[in-house]
Amino acid sequence: MSQRGRLLLFLPSAAVLLFLLIDGLQRLTGFGHYPGPYGFVLNGVGVNQRHATNLVTAVNFDYRAFDTLGEEFILFTATTAIVLILRHMRGERERPSGDELRRENASEALRGMALAFVAALIVLGGYVVTHGALTPGGGFQGGVVLGCAAFLVFLAGEVVAMKRVAPEKLLEFADAAGAAGFALLGIGGLVFAGVFFQNFLDLGKPGSLNSAGTMPLVSISIGIEVAGAFLLVWTEFLDQAVLVRSGGGGSE
Amino acid sequence: MNEVFQAIAMVSMGIVGTAVVLARDPLRQALILGVYGMTMIVTFFALQAPDVALSAIVVTSVGLPPMVLLALRKLREYRREHEE
Repeated sequence: MSQRGRLLLFLPSAAVLLFLLIDGLQRLTGFGHYPGPYGFVLNGVGVNQRHATNLVTAVNFDYRAFDTLGEEFILFTATTAIVLILRHMRGERERPSGDELRRENASEALRGMALAFVAALIVLGGYVVTHGALTPGGGFQGGVVLGCAAFLVFLAGEVVAMKRVAPEKLLEFADAAGAAGFALLGIGGLVFAGVFFQNFLDLGKPGSLNSAGTMPLVSISIGIEVAGAFLLVWTEFLDQAVLVRSGGGGSE
Repeated sequence: MNEVFQAIAMVSMGIVGTAVVLARDPLRQALILGVYGMTMIVTFFALQAPDVALSAIVVTSVGLPPMVLLALRKLREYRREHEE
């Protein structure tokens, strides 16, 4: 497309966008003025109804768990797509995983720091996952932290060791099992309480670890799925960048 | 006081966001993107949304950079192989 054609396409669309943007911004409610009743109602009844002290988690994993299920499957589908696209193609071969892959360009300081943080990150990730209903955090955030713990092994320069800590088969299983667990908890609500994602477990004492009914279980299954999904994506990218090389013949 | 904090966070988000767009070298862009994530996290924190801030921390500081950096490495290698 010529420079002039591009400009002709850009200017009218930019004008329309600008008009819509200004129009939309003018109709927004003032900064810090929340108009809807939904949030106020939930703030009033949430803790009594669900015994969860973090109402964001109560909304995500209970009141609107159906929305979160959709988001979970977005992540699941995206991960599946990446695994599918980055599969081994004809004409590609893996580099010999010899000594060149060990300690690749990692300084001693980086190695020490990364390995020292692995255990701490596992504890932090587990904490964030299990305390989703009590304090800020939840399955997604904690899941990425857990995945990051295994990824640190790679940052320490141990590509081969990371594959031993988190083999692809296990990651695929975690990704699928986590997503399935979340969906099954929803069906559990359907079976035991008659409504999809109804909170069907004992709510417990507000503020204690074992409270808020199904929320901790939802959080844990999301944590497993997210940790698996992120590690799977990183592993696939890692394979492409470090291991796979397009060989002679057959490629392209 | 809180309003000042929020205003500073949002203005810095605008400045660093512009810097991300203006950086032309993808590697440098990836690094500035991390700084932009930081300003975004501070903004969420200033707006008292810790759950969103946590999500932003894990996505912008842990989730995204490895993917961008590994993709860049692969691209560089591909280019080198085809120039030989």
